Amino acid sequence: MAGAMQAQKQNLMREESKTSGQGKTVVPVPAAMSGAEIVIQALRDQGVSTIFGYPGGAVLPIYDALFRQNSIQHVLVRHEQGAVHAAEGYARSSGKVGVVLVTSGPGATNAVTGLTDALMDSIPIVCFTGQVPTHLIGNDAFQECDTTGITRPCTKHNYLVKDVNQLARVIHEAFLVARTGRPGPVVIDLPKDVQFAEGTYQGPKQQHPTYRPQIVPDRAAVEKAVELIASAERPIFYTGGGMINAGPQACVLLKEFVQLTGFPCTSTLMGLGAYPMSDNHFLGMLGMHGTYEANLAMHGCDVMINIGARFDDRVTGKLSGFSPNSKKIHVDIDPSSINKSIRVDLPIIGNADKVLEMMLEIWRARGYKVKAEALKRWWQQIDKWRGRNCLSYKQTGSIIKPQYALERLRELTKGKETFITTEVGQHQMWAAQFLRFEKPNHWMTSGGLGTMGYGLPAAIGTQMAHPDALVIDVAGEASILMNIQEMSTAVQYRLPVKVFILNNQWMGMVRQWQEMLHGGRYSQSYTEALPDFVKLAEAFGGVGFRAEKPDDVDKVILEMFKVKDRPTIVDVSVDPKENCFPMIPSGKNHNEIILGPEENQMGQAIEGDGMVLV
Amino acid sequence: MTEDASSRHCFAVLVDNEPGVLARVIGLFAGRGYNIQSLTVDEVDASANLSRITIVTTGAPMVIEQIKAQLGRLVPVRRVVNLTEQGKYVEHCTALVKVIGTADKLKEAQQLADQFGARIADKTGNATIFELTATTHQIDSFIHKIKTCGLVELVRTGSIAMSCGEFIIDVPTQDTNQRQAEG
Repeated sequence: MAGAMQAQKQNLMREESKTSGQGKTVVPVPAAMSGAEIVIQALRDQGVSTIFGYPGGAVLPIYDALFRQNSIQHVLVRHEQGAVHAAEGYARSSGKVGVVLVTSGPGATNAVTGLTDALMDSIPIVCFTGQVPTHLIGNDAFQECDTTGITRPCTKHNYLVKDVNQLARVIHEAFLVARTGRPGPVVIDLPKDVQFAEGTYQGPKQQHPTYRPQIVPDRAAVEKAVELIASAERPIFYTGGGMINAGPQACVLLKEFVQLTGFPCTSTLMGLGAYPMSDNHFLGMLGMHGTYEANLAMHGCDVMINIGARFDDRVTGKLSGFSPNSKKIHVDIDPSSINKSIRVDLPIIGNADKVLEMMLEIWRARGYKVKAEALKRWWQQIDKWRGRNCLSYKQTGSIIKPQYALERLRELTKGKETFITTEVGQHQMWAAQFLRFEKPNHWMTSGGLGTMGYGLPAAIGTQMAHPDALVIDVAGEASILMNIQEMSTAVQYRLPVKVFILNNQWMGMVRQWQEMLHGGRYSQSYTEALPDFVKLAEAFGGVGFRAEKPDDVDKVILEMFKVKDRPTIVDVSVDPKENCFPMIPSGKNHNEIILGPEENQMGQAIEGDGMVLV
Repeated sequence: MTEDASSRHCFAVLVDNEPGVLARVIGLFAGRGYNIQSLTVDEVDASANLSRITIVTTGAPMVIEQIKAQLGRLVPVRRVVNLTEQGKYVEHCTALVKVIGTADKLKEAQQLADQFGARIADKTGNATIFELTATTHQIDSFIHKIKTCGLVELVRTGSIAMSCGEFIIDVPTQDTNQRQAEG
């Protein structure tokens, strides 16, 4: 086995050494490899050490090649959706490309939700799907589906490889496309005969022949932007997931620029952690469940500096009333994000790190100063908004408030290297509001697609990338059941992921909307037959804890920290009636934000057009 | 979204001639709710493996801007030009019109064809196929008039278009292209 691999490596080396001593070109000896071996070699050359997958008939040659090597670890998930989310968690927490391997037909279709999730959140994924042999394509063969057709709208790009000699090139191209520009998922569909066929291997190239995303911004545009920034009286930085994708260095530059100017900074759900949340310049998350101060500052600003955010509908509310009096600078790597929903005054295409670097350089070179007096007044206004203390809640009595459980989690994880993933719903919004992210890549949540069932597999992927870190999936009892089978994966790989369930027995966000918009007719949002999560954890081979009273919360959190070799489920019974505030009712402006239940006139607040929005 | 009036735009799109590229373009329009009035495609440079798609669409200014940007995002798309915004351009399509009728009607049809500059592509038995290459308006008008002469079957290509003057739509080379690839 090992000997065979050795021989193969030598073959490759022979191919690489193309010139002889006299400088005379020697015809390279082509290293014949099977398609499956080419896949493994290409992954190795891309620096891949971990892949997530599930075997099946159409990918058996690749699984055979995996068996005969030791450099790539395969994590066996329990459902292909879990494989993609795990790869997303791995990618988002490590900055690397996440790699998935699934079979044809149902393997591919099960991966579709994950691929769409990665597309919406711009996560670099390369997903290999098996396919029936080339001669059977289009024949309705067993476990056949039109994978490239199905995944075309939910990937950044996809390939069907019919010639083994194109395979290596395609794989390297796929990695380049997945990670450069605006990152995203790429599917490579591999017929089984191509995996068996012998072909030649080629190494990675530094450039795609044609695909050239713009990385470095136009200097004239950046100069204008800096001039506008210096003229601002009520400025705000509005940062998003593009900051995280631009990498830790971009976040360092953002911090530098924010602190140099003394401007306030807010972030989208996707961008949390790009700017340290405990810093006083940070106003909290903005948007539908964002803070009062962040939303009102966005509404009232005169210069908005959007870096790597896309004016998502969760952020803007009613488009015509969005930040009506501001000049808007929009930095994005994707030209199609510009003027998609909000018309901006100054678009800049480029990667956030390059743009920030240039902004800082120009700011310093030209000796710009901020308008200190105006900025002071702006901060006084912001501090008044802050004084409303929009996230306040009352922990009284014996029922645990979900916010309290998260605040305790925040306090007790302080000083620990902690990664948080979430499912989707109320718990996700509370996690965004009450937890603190000081660094990028520590917060993994399904933002664009809003995929329930994301958090547990994402936590598994994150733990694979950071074996010694504390990885917690903040979950709801409804979401967690959507990919609960991945507990089995966590047990198999001895991953000490923590599933922290805020159990209110309802699909909380659905219930909240039904309460506010549909006259309290709670249609199908109550789960009548929940499992015993402690026993469920034990049945999988993990550990389960339950918290029923406020006093229990600290105890279970400390207990879950102690488990180091298997997953833990912590079932926290929380107030089933609690709603998530603040909230901007759909179809409303930022300044029409509702702070809490006492001013809950939501039924009246949302009317007409707002009703049809989600 | 703005309530600005919808207007007609003609796009020229150079793409890598590879399987699925047309599906990507059409899927983009369908998925994002953009309108396609007409679409034509064929290979234009076999050695460079390039095809050129001409798409006629309608939309408000922000939508038209989005269509251009969204097309530009597709990996096999090499260049997108909005010919309508670029300046003056020639836009033509071709129609084949089959006429079956009495000698009188056929004579009338022949006169119309002469008037519009259509030629006879085929004559078999009582059936005549006229071929006209012209602007869509001229073709509309020709078809409208020839209806009474025994028009029985009609087929039209979509528009093909090219900008006037020295403006050339070719693929960006590394030198002319300001963009930079990541290492």
